[in-house]
Amino acid sequence: MKKNIAIVVLLNVLAVVAFHLWWPSGTTPSFSEQKMKELRLAYAKKQDKAVDHSKFEVLQKRFDHPQQVTEACISCHQERHTEVMKSNHWNWEREEYIEGRGVTYLGKKNMLNNFCIGATGNEQACAKCHVGYGYEKEEAFFASSKNVDCLSCHNNHEAYVKTGGWGNPGGQVDLAAVAQTVGKPTKANCGTCHFMSGGGNNVKHGDLETAQLDCSREVDVHMASDGVNMECTACHTAENHNIKGKLYSLSSENTNRATCQDCHTSVAHQDEMLNTHAAKVSCQACHIPEYAKVNATKMTWDWSTAGKLKDGKPFETVDADHNHDYMSIKGSFTWAKNVKPEYVWFNGTADHYMFGDQVDTLSPIQVNRLHGSFTDGQIIPVKVHRAKQPYDPVHKLLIQPYVYSPEKGHGAYWTDFDWKQASQKGQQQLGLPFSGQVAFARTEMYWPINHMVSPKDQAVGCAECHTRQDGRLASLPGFYMPGRDTTAGLDLFGQWLLLLSAAGVGGHAFLRWFTRGRRHTSHHA
Amino acid sequence: MKREVYIYPRFERFWHWAQSLLIALLALTGFEVHGSYTLLGYRHAVRVHEWSAWALMALIVFAIFWHFTTGAWKQYIPTRRNLIEQLRYYTHGIFVGAPHPVRKTVRRKMNPLQVWVYLSLKVLFIPLMVGSGLLYMGYRFMYGGQLQGLSFVDLGSVAFLHTLGAYLLLQFVLVHVYMTTTGHTLTANIRSMITGYELLEEDTPAEETSEEGPLRQSIQEELIQR
Repeated sequence: MKKNIAIVVLLNVLAVVAFHLWWPSGTTPSFSEQKMKELRLAYAKKQDKAVDHSKFEVLQKRFDHPQQVTEACISCHQERHTEVMKSNHWNWEREEYIEGRGVTYLGKKNMLNNFCIGATGNEQACAKCHVGYGYEKEEAFFASSKNVDCLSCHNNHEAYVKTGGWGNPGGQVDLAAVAQTVGKPTKANCGTCHFMSGGGNNVKHGDLETAQLDCSREVDVHMASDGVNMECTACHTAENHNIKGKLYSLSSENTNRATCQDCHTSVAHQDEMLNTHAAKVSCQACHIPEYAKVNATKMTWDWSTAGKLKDGKPFETVDADHNHDYMSIKGSFTWAKNVKPEYVWFNGTADHYMFGDQVDTLSPIQVNRLHGSFTDGQIIPVKVHRAKQPYDPVHKLLIQPYVYSPEKGHGAYWTDFDWKQASQKGQQQLGLPFSGQVAFARTEMYWPINHMVSPKDQAVGCAECHTRQDGRLASLPGFYMPGRDTTAGLDLFGQWLLLLSAAGVGGHAFLRWFTRGRRHTSHHA
Repeated sequence: MKREVYIYPRFERFWHWAQSLLIALLALTGFEVHGSYTLLGYRHAVRVHEWSAWALMALIVFAIFWHFTTGAWKQYIPTRRNLIEQLRYYTHGIFVGAPHPVRKTVRRKMNPLQVWVYLSLKVLFIPLMVGSGLLYMGYRFMYGGQLQGLSFVDLGSVAFLHTLGAYLLLQFVLVHVYMTTTGHTLTANIRSMITGYELLEEDTPAEETSEEGPLRQSIQEELIQR
């Protein structure tokens, strides 16, 4: 009787196991699903504009200079310009604490990258992605609040383009018409600079591009027009023009970040196994299986091949997707679409190559270095942009060449194709020495991938990392991962153990069969 | 004189087969989790592995209870008596038709070699697997909506012990299954583990008292009565 009870209890245990294994999960909405529903409802609501700026007299006049528009803005939105003037969008730098450097002002002014290398000396063109007018007189520019370009972020008018040089709007722009449309920044506002950074669509980021203005959920669940269709500002919220979120191509500190957890909380899954992964794995690592899903992004840039001429003239060639794969002025490029990210440990802090930093190691130079390890970091997906770029082997400095000049004979690389002159001039502008020698150093730039989140059923599966060979995390160091790792020699030992045991058993069985005639059946009958 | 004796009571048989099924499941899924092959898919392998682990642990709890309440644990008291003879039998005697050195009785179901092997399984290898397995599963866990971790646990070492144990256990299974064929017929041992009955020499009361003493009398009587 007691035994029967024990058996019944055990059968019940097994039934419970079977139930959990095979019962279809999610027949009732779980807590996290309910939460997602609420989020969807909250963010799918499109807000109407609070006011119609076209009704305001102060904007119903002719503006001869963009600065006049700014004055009109300030006349109602008093002191808001001071907030903008504290922001990195205005200053092109951030005040940040970097381990080993102390408090540092870091930005495009004193950093270089491995695309066009640097903005310094090229402001006439580069300032079109700047929230100000009239960058040519730098001191005067930063002093005057009238130079704040409110329209660049707040215009809801397609005709506003900053093609006038030094951050000014093009001459054909009807400033009054543009000013009357102002409102909250839209994807198109942010995208003008952030989709087009590097001089073309999706060149730099890989996960931010014009396709996201109107895309499907497969491309980006958040920005999809057949989904919640969120604006950038839904996550990148701002208080007093201090916008949440930043990218470690330029940033260094673990502050003021926009995170998935802001909305989704840190316990986002039904499955505890997945929640525990969050200790070491970022949301992005699994939920962005690939980037550059619509248009290709630039993966490599080799400056060392620049300067080839056809009939004495520079030329360009394009690849199958009509992206440049060679330009005499810039060198060779490769592009890629639907790219699987690489993965690194990241603790939220970074360091950057700053003008004048000496680098010995050429294997390769990390233009921005993401810090972190298994102990203090999380696994994040990154796009790594690899390049070969000019380097002074004597002074051990990366070179920022002087590239652009409207006419020949000034030593600009893009007109004269002479590395030595261009380097001489470029380094001189930065106040750095130049030895007269130009080599090409291999460099890497790390772009954390945060956008183009896929629908959840397309998230990276377990076995894409938990696999012995060629997994996504195959080369990520510092920890033991089941499925990927094993202890050296253990499997060999185990396999030999089993093999020898099998051989022993087989031999024993064979001997028994061979000697079967000798048995005295009497012992067994 | 031989007769069919009820040697494996119902729970013991259930325990044996449930355990073998669970260990098979655990081995199958465990080596997939280890990365040796792909079978169920990683996620399913992990799930099946975890649930079979919990089921096996529940079974172990019941089995421990059973062993102590029935006194069956006394079967596992190790002895050196006849150990060498038993080894000699498997390496020599079995080929020349020598008799089993130890007579199987209800009170002594296992030969001395078996006792040592099963005892070490019970007190060494199963605890190693359960212990390392629990650490493997629980070195990170959710508690109160927060992720907690056992900082003293190095997953690499835990996984090493667990995998090493798994290989040893697999080897045990391999040899164990083979050894079942060494009964008086090839399938006699398996048959008796299914039906509970085995053809044994009849115990004589005199032998019982002389060999085993009165200690186990009550249990044996209970078993024999069935």
